[in-house]
Amino acid sequence: MQLDQLPLGQSARVGAVNWHAIPSVEAHRLRSLGLEEGVLVEALHRGILFFRDPMAVRVGRMTIALRSKVAAAITCSVIEA
Amino acid sequence: MSKLPPLVALVGNPNSGKSALFNALTGARQKIGNYPGVTVERKIGRWNLADGSIAELADLPGAYSLTPDSLDEQVTRNVVLGQQTGQRRPDALVVVVDAANLDNHLRFTLELIEMGLPVIVALNMFDLAQRDGLSIDPDILSAELGVPVVATVAVRKRGLDTLSQAVAKILAQPHILLKILEAPLEANRGALTKQAHHIAKKAVISETATRQWTRILDGILLHPVAGVFFLFAILFIMFQAVFAWSEAPIGWIESGFALLSDQVSAVTPDNWVRSLINDGIIAGVGAVVVFLPQILILFLFILLLESTGYMTRAAFVMDRMMAAVGLSGHSFIPLLSSFACAIPGIMATRTIMDQKDRLTTILIAPLMTCSARLPVYTVIIGAFIPEQFIGPGIGLKGFVLFGLYVLGIVGAMVAALIIRRSVAKGASGSFLIEMPRYQLPRLRDILLGLWQRAYLFLRRAGTIIFVSTIILWALLSFPKAPEGSGMTQADYSIAGRIAEGVEVVVRPIGFNKEIALALIPAMAAREVAVSALATTYAIDDNGDEDAVAKSLGERLSSKWSLATALAFLAWFVFAPQCISTIAVTRRETNGWKWPIFMVTYLFAMAYAAAGITYWTAVAFGLG
Repeated sequence: MQLDQLPLGQSARVGAVNWHAIPSVEAHRLRSLGLEEGVLVEALHRGILFFRDPMAVRVGRMTIALRSKVAAAITCSVIEA
Repeated sequence: MSKLPPLVALVGNPNSGKSALFNALTGARQKIGNYPGVTVERKIGRWNLADGSIAELADLPGAYSLTPDSLDEQVTRNVVLGQQTGQRRPDALVVVVDAANLDNHLRFTLELIEMGLPVIVALNMFDLAQRDGLSIDPDILSAELGVPVVATVAVRKRGLDTLSQAVAKILAQPHILLKILEAPLEANRGALTKQAHHIAKKAVISETATRQWTRILDGILLHPVAGVFFLFAILFIMFQAVFAWSEAPIGWIESGFALLSDQVSAVTPDNWVRSLINDGIIAGVGAVVVFLPQILILFLFILLLESTGYMTRAAFVMDRMMAAVGLSGHSFIPLLSSFACAIPGIMATRTIMDQKDRLTTILIAPLMTCSARLPVYTVIIGAFIPEQFIGPGIGLKGFVLFGLYVLGIVGAMVAALIIRRSVAKGASGSFLIEMPRYQLPRLRDILLGLWQRAYLFLRRAGTIIFVSTIILWALLSFPKAPEGSGMTQADYSIAGRIAEGVEVVVRPIGFNKEIALALIPAMAAREVAVSALATTYAIDDNGDEDAVAKSLGERLSSKWSLATALAFLAWFVFAPQCISTIAVTRRETNGWKWPIFMVTYLFAMAYAAAGITYWTAVAFGLG
C-alpha cells in the first residue's frame, strides 16, 4: 500500500521508497526527518476542507507533514494491531 | 593582545530546544547580528562557566545534518568546519538533542562527534521525554557515544550547572585535533542511521505509551474544518488586538511627547531652534514612536504562535490554499512574519527548499501589511473613518484596517499566481516539515524576543527616522517665504519645489503636494510618511494659534477629501516604500535583477490601485 492511501490511525512499516520520484532536496530532507526504509509510520491527519492534501504522519516519535504526491512514492505494509 | 575567550557552539536539530537553552545560558547578554555576506542570524552570548571562566557561546542555526539543503544548514556546517567568514572555529560543541527524539537526533550527533572537536551532549527536554513515558539513562548514552552527556531542561534551568561544569572541564584540557576537519561523506549516512537507532535503543530503558497532549490538540487544530476556522479566528483576534489593546499606551506616549514639547517651548526662545526641536524632532520622531505598542502586540502574537509550536500547524492548514497559487505551506511562516516586517520575513524564506517558491515568496513578502504601514493606516483611518460599530465588538475602524490587510493578501496571491507562471515558472513546490510538540511558551523567552524587537524599532526611530525628519524639516523651513508672497512656507521651501515635480506624476491619482512631499522621505521607511506629514503641516500652520493645537488627524481631515485619503491608503497597500527591504532582497537574491523587478511591479500596482480607488470615490461624489 502507498503511504498516501494509508487509513488514518493505521500503523505501517515502510518497505520501499521510490527515491527517483522525489526531487533530490526533498528526498534528503525526508531522510533527515527519519522517513526512510524500515521505519514505523502512522497516518495521523489528512487534508484541509475538501482536499486530501497535505497529510501528517507519525515517524518514530516525530510528526511530519508532507504532500500526498511524495507519500505516493512510499510503499508501506500495514501492521495488524 | 588579550586572549579571546574560548568559543563554544550550540548545535542541534531544529526543535531540539536549542534557542531556549541559549537564552537560559546567556540571559540577556546576547548580541544579534548577521554572518557577513549572508542574512543568516548570528547569535553570540557570554556564558559564565562554573569554574569562573568565561566562554563565548554561539547559537548556530538548526540543522538536520552536515550535508546542507538550506542556507541555514550551510552556515552551521561552515562554522563547525571553521570555514565561515567572520567566525572563528569553535573550541567545543554542545550538541543539543531532544531526549524524546533520540532516534532521529543522534545521527546528527554522531556526524558531529566524527568531526573530532570536543563534544558535550545536552540531553534536552528531559522532562517532556519522561512525560511521554520514555525512561533514558544518560550514562549508557555517554558510554555508547564516548562523550559526556548531561540531562537538561532548558526552560526550567535544570542541568545547566552540570553542563557548565562539563564544558569548563573539557575546555581546560588541551585538545589536539587529530584529523583535518572535513564534512562526512553522504554515503556513510546509512551506517550512521543504523548506529543511531542502535544507541537509542540501548539508552532507552523503558518506553510506555501515553496519551499525548499534542495528539489531542492536533485532532482539533488540524481538523479539516475546525482547524481552518481556528486559524482564521486567531488571525482575526490578532488584528483586532493590535488596535484595541494599543489605545491606552498610545495615549500615554502621545501625552508624554506633548509634555516634552511644552517643556521645550518653556525653555527655548521662539526661533528656529525651537522649531527644529518641536516641529522637526518631536513631531517627527513622536509620530512614529507612538506605534511601538501596536508593533509589540503584533510581534507578541507571532512569538506566541512560534513558541507554542502552532506556527507549523498553521503552515499545514494553509498549504493547500497556498498550493492554489503555486506556493506551499512553507511560505506561510515568512509571509506571516512579514506582517510585522518584511525584512525578517524575507530572511525566513531561506528555510524554503524549492528555489522558485523561495523567490516568489521574497517578491510578494512586501505586500503583507508590515508594521511600518500601521502608522500610516492608523492616522488616516483615525481621521476619516467614523467611530461606528458594525457588529458586536467589531468597530468600523478595525474592519477597514482588516480590509486593508486582506487587500494586501489578495494582491500578493494574484502576484504569486502570475509570478509562478511567468518569471518563476517550474514544477509545483514541495511541503515537508517537522511538527514539534506543543509547548507552553516561556514568559522570559517571549519578553526577551519583544525587547529585541522594541530595541530594533526604537533604534530605527532614533537613526533613520530621526535623521530624515531633521533633513525634511530643513528642506521645508528654508528658504523662508517672504511676507505677503501669498505662498505657504511648505510651497516656497526647497522641499516644496521638489514636490512640485513629483506632484505632476501623482496628481492624477488624487495626491496633493503634501503627499508628494511625504512620499520621498518615506522611501527610507514607510512610517516616515506620517512624520513627514506631521512636520509639513506643523511648519505650515506655524503662527496660527488654533491650528498648532490640532493633532495630525484633525489637520488631515480638514485638508484632504475622503477620495484622496482612500487613494493614499490604497497606495500604501502596494508601494515598495522601504529601502531596507530592497537591500535585503538584493542580498538574498544575489543581484539587482529581482529587487528592480520587485520595485517596478509594486509601484505599478500601487499607482493602479490608488488611481482606481480615487476615480471610483470621485465618481461616487466623495472627491
